[in-house]
Amino acid sequence: MTMTHMDANSHAHGSRMIPPTAFAGGERPIAGAGLPEKISVRNLDFFYDGYRALKNISLPLYDRQVTAFIGPSGCGKSTLLRILNRMYDLYPKQVATGEVMLDGTNILSPKQDLNLLRARVGMVFQKPTPFPMSIYDNIAFGVRLYEKLSKADMDERIEFSLRRAALWDEVKDKLRQNGMSLSGGQQQRLCIARAIAVKPSVLLLDEPTSALDPISTAKCEELVDELRSDYCIAIVTHNMQQAARISNFTAFMYLGELIEFGNTEEIFTNPTKEKTSEYITGRFG
Amino acid sequence: MTEIALALTEQASTTRRARRQRLQDAAFRNATLAFALLVLLILGGVTVSLIDGALPALRAFGFGFVATEVWNPVSENFGALAPIYGTLVTSIIAMAVGIPVSFGIALFITEMCPAWLKRPLGVAIELLAGIPSIIYGIWGLFVFAPFMQSTVQPFLISTLGQIPGLGNLFMGPPYGIGILTAGLILGIMVLPFITSITRDVFETVPPMVRESAYGLGATTWEVVWNVVLPYTRTGVMGGVMLGLGRALGETMAVTFVIGNAHRISSSIMAPGTTISASIANEFTEAVGDVYTSSLVALGLILFLITFAVLSLAKLMLLRLQRKAGV
Repeated sequence: MTMTHMDANSHAHGSRMIPPTAFAGGERPIAGAGLPEKISVRNLDFFYDGYRALKNISLPLYDRQVTAFIGPSGCGKSTLLRILNRMYDLYPKQVATGEVMLDGTNILSPKQDLNLLRARVGMVFQKPTPFPMSIYDNIAFGVRLYEKLSKADMDERIEFSLRRAALWDEVKDKLRQNGMSLSGGQQQRLCIARAIAVKPSVLLLDEPTSALDPISTAKCEELVDELRSDYCIAIVTHNMQQAARISNFTAFMYLGELIEFGNTEEIFTNPTKEKTSEYITGRFG
Repeated sequence: MTEIALALTEQASTTRRARRQRLQDAAFRNATLAFALLVLLILGGVTVSLIDGALPALRAFGFGFVATEVWNPVSENFGALAPIYGTLVTSIIAMAVGIPVSFGIALFITEMCPAWLKRPLGVAIELLAGIPSIIYGIWGLFVFAPFMQSTVQPFLISTLGQIPGLGNLFMGPPYGIGILTAGLILGIMVLPFITSITRDVFETVPPMVRESAYGLGATTWEVVWNVVLPYTRTGVMGGVMLGLGRALGETMAVTFVIGNAHRISSSIMAPGTTISASIANEFTEAVGDVYTSSLVALGLILFLITFAVLSLAKLMLLRLQRKAGV
């Protein structure tokens, strides 16, 4: 038992790309200090029918940065994401306490208008979820909820969203076709375009590539990289390489707790917590 | 030596088992095929005997059978227009009442219902579907019709009945029984069918699709109208058609409350008749070939109407799907 443990440890140290430097083991400066905080989560607890699924989570989500949430299944990362647009409100017996400040207002307040919140905080799911309507209408759907656009403006918005989601060239000749007739990867980019079309300031991506093939995954990752310049992006992923590739900040969660939060590079090369290093080196999870 | 013999017998038994399984499979395939063919056979048999039975009446009256209102057993002069009219109008009323209410119930159960109420409501709807139609008939005649007569119909006459044009639909004395009452009873009867089917298909919408619509900032109504309904239109249409089929063919409850009068009135409060009610009412007293044959011809017409409704529904679905580009 002790032997294996030691072995595993030394292996972990050996696999680090950069040897531990000044911050090793000690406190490091607050990650991202100086960047504007788009969302600040403070002392957040979450309960499923009395079961405490999130325990005292506090962390910032910076504007125009990608924050990745990693951790083993059931650690609460998707739950945390679903709090940021209050999707959990659709279901009974789910309660969040604490504070989630979005641009300075607490979105957990009962006075928060849910529909307006969700229009500002777009979400993309694990599986593509095109609506049973044309590609055009899939995107226009969300826009029509809040804006009255002329035909020309709407066309423009749709082209803008599809271009932004790197899908325009593939679908520009078949906008009237059903969104469900696209391939999985295209459907997922359609969903991203749909989320972008309502001009949110935050994008929540819940394992957006887990149902996609490697090529579609690469396209989606490229897309996230491009969208970084305009949005505050939070992405939940099971794929640690993906987190390392596309995020600026990483939060590692375990059993409902936030174990570590910091610059992605530091988390992956020089984690301060034992648990984090065990997880990113693949020893559990 | 014995080992070789053993191996040989084993091989032989394997071959035998394989042959037996092949035979069993063939027998199974043919048996299921026979059952499937039985469906076509029964359908064909019903159609042929209906046409055969209706021939004397159709020969005697020709096309005029479906275009005349007369129904005179004494002079043996029959026309099917009044029952056809009654069948269609009661069904339209039933659908006008049943569809919105059923949708409302189904949507409430799937989208908004608190968890503790879900099961009791579901069971109640299933129970409603299980009530025999004769009970609806008795209840309609002894409870619902008097209520219509004393309260609803006088109210309709004094309000809607005063509007020029539209008022024609709500004129005449409040009999209690009549086309409107029958239509409303039918509406109640089709309710559980449409509700339980639409509820089931609403529940097939993946939660993630629903959440994505909410995630764009849609309200419950917008999610239901723009996502849930289009997603489930085939199933919903199926439920509506099942309800319509039941409304068109329902006999017992209608016979109790429709008044069984072979005439067409402008007012939907007047007594009338439907195809199935006429057949049920008059079959025992039908003397003479032409009378009996006329009733069978009525049955044939009902058969055709149901067939046409189903085909129309299928066509509509096809066109919807093509428009959506699936």
